[in-house]
Amino acid sequence: MKKKSGLVVLPVFLWLSLFLVVPMLIVVGISFLRRDELGNLIYQFNWEAYATFFDKLYLGIYWDTIVLSVLTTLICLLLSYPLAYYIARSGPRMQTWGLALVTIPFWINFLIRTYAWVLLLRTQGIVNNLLLDLGWITEPMQMLYTKGAVLMGMVYTFIPFMVLPIYVAIEQMDKRLLEAASDLGASPSRAFWHITLPQTKSGITTGAILVYVSTTGMFVVTDILGGAKSSMISNIIQTQFLGARNWPFGAALSVIFVITSLVLIFLFNRAMTTRVDRVKEGRI
Amino acid sequence: MIELVNVEKHFAGQTVVHPLSLRIEAGEFLTLLGPSGCGKTTILRMIAGFEQPTSGQITLDGADLTNLAPNRRDLNLVFQHYALFPHMTVRDNIAFGLKMKKMAAAEIRSRIDEAVAMTQLTPLVDRYPHQLSGGQQQRVAIARAIANKPKVLLLDEPLGALDLQLRKNLQSELKQLQRSLGITFVYVTHDQEEAMMLSDRIVILNNGQVEQIGTPREIYRSPSTLFTATFVGENNIFSSAQGELFAIRPEKLIAVREANEGKRSGVIQDIHYLGSVHQLIVQVDQEPMTVTIALDFTDERPWNIGEHIGIDWDLRHEVMIGS
Repeated sequence: MKKKSGLVVLPVFLWLSLFLVVPMLIVVGISFLRRDELGNLIYQFNWEAYATFFDKLYLGIYWDTIVLSVLTTLICLLLSYPLAYYIARSGPRMQTWGLALVTIPFWINFLIRTYAWVLLLRTQGIVNNLLLDLGWITEPMQMLYTKGAVLMGMVYTFIPFMVLPIYVAIEQMDKRLLEAASDLGASPSRAFWHITLPQTKSGITTGAILVYVSTTGMFVVTDILGGAKSSMISNIIQTQFLGARNWPFGAALSVIFVITSLVLIFLFNRAMTTRVDRVKEGRI
Repeated sequence: MIELVNVEKHFAGQTVVHPLSLRIEAGEFLTLLGPSGCGKTTILRMIAGFEQPTSGQITLDGADLTNLAPNRRDLNLVFQHYALFPHMTVRDNIAFGLKMKKMAAAEIRSRIDEAVAMTQLTPLVDRYPHQLSGGQQQRVAIARAIANKPKVLLLDEPLGALDLQLRKNLQSELKQLQRSLGITFVYVTHDQEEAMMLSDRIVILNNGQVEQIGTPREIYRSPSTLFTATFVGENNIFSSAQGELFAIRPEKLIAVREANEGKRSGVIQDIHYLGSVHQLIVQVDQEPMTVTIALDFTDERPWNIGEHIGIDWDLRHEVMIGS
């Protein structure tokens, strides 16, 4: 029995080891190499690439990336939960429509959607012109190429990743639990706090990890909406590999950021795990 | 005391509960009995506050409940599938209602101890619902409700998901619990045997209408409608020469050797031997029906399938149930 179920996962196991584990190991390997003036790899073990990271410039970007990703995740969560709740509690017609509206942006090319934001936000853009015409401002505001624009773009791009898992969690929750809570004297808000929120925790965890990881890896939004000033780690990594031809440094940054993300996700997961989860997993 | 005055419920233009007036006395064990879809659960949910009556009024000790939210009613419901909170231990499940009432911690602790002692859950207080058997979960549901010391406990088919043997044990436990608590139980079931065993009074419901209200004895001895007569216990329905229907319980029918000596006659189709009683299934002559005659263990006469016998009864055992 055990052997059979092992065979079923074999293709996935091979796929993952070939296309995830092996490339990751190569990246880790490259991060300990050096390069010559032309960008060729010199096969000589050293820590140079990691030493470069401890520069004020890179540490700043590293920190900015974490802050922006956490902030994106938080805003997505705060916006998504009420929306997902509303959709999950609506009638079947409204549910179909709500989910369609959440997913429709995916039908349009991602680059086109992001450039649309440039048209909206730039100095002679739609938003500025409208505010000028209304007389609410006297000169155009600088909205494009700011950290705010990047944050907004990230939230806009990744919000469906938060809405969908939370929607599923709320939809699957046993509604009779809320009747039981009400029967036992809980007001709707206390029932939400004590029953709905803990019962939909899995959706929040999934959504948060999806949004956080996607944000840290995203460089297109930063490139288009953030300009040169608001780089993120992913932009630097991309430049090191494709432009600067400093593969060891790009690899070292990747390794550092993967480890950071794993640690943060681990801590987050642990914070979200309660006693009942540990009992279910047989750890107590 | 709960009083329902002309309570009526419509769903999407359909009448689910016809105007119903009912007084449930303090300390009474009252059962709403009927087949599925008869409206019994809807009535219970209206008392609990999860459904709003289309018209009519519900009062508890004289206070009008009709427009009160469920969390403001001084009564508790034991749900059909228990609806225990999966992320809370037995203790926290039971404490939930008490915390919602902002009770002091010491009082909460003593209430929990009392409730788990009464339901024999004391060794299980730190378990989670998924670690309990169906019967244990059922007990937690009851403990969670009675810890609030409600004036009335509503139970929606609380034993419906359990197997027969466990049902039987829990039935007697429930009855004892109700006696020792002295609070009103309003119980919903489709199991007539369960209703007979537990209740002080039974309300028989069919298609949203009350067929009969009475003690188990009254319901069994003198059913007032055809539905009650056939739904509770086994019964034989005859029609008189005038076209009136009357019912006679199998144990009131007498099997006689000579076919022409009884009020009716028929051919034995089958014989069921059940230990304390045995039953003759008899095809009645000239009528498209079979009757069941229950013979007690003292009857040692040999009966054979295919035998032509007489069916007799005492006239005072005829129960008229209309035409």
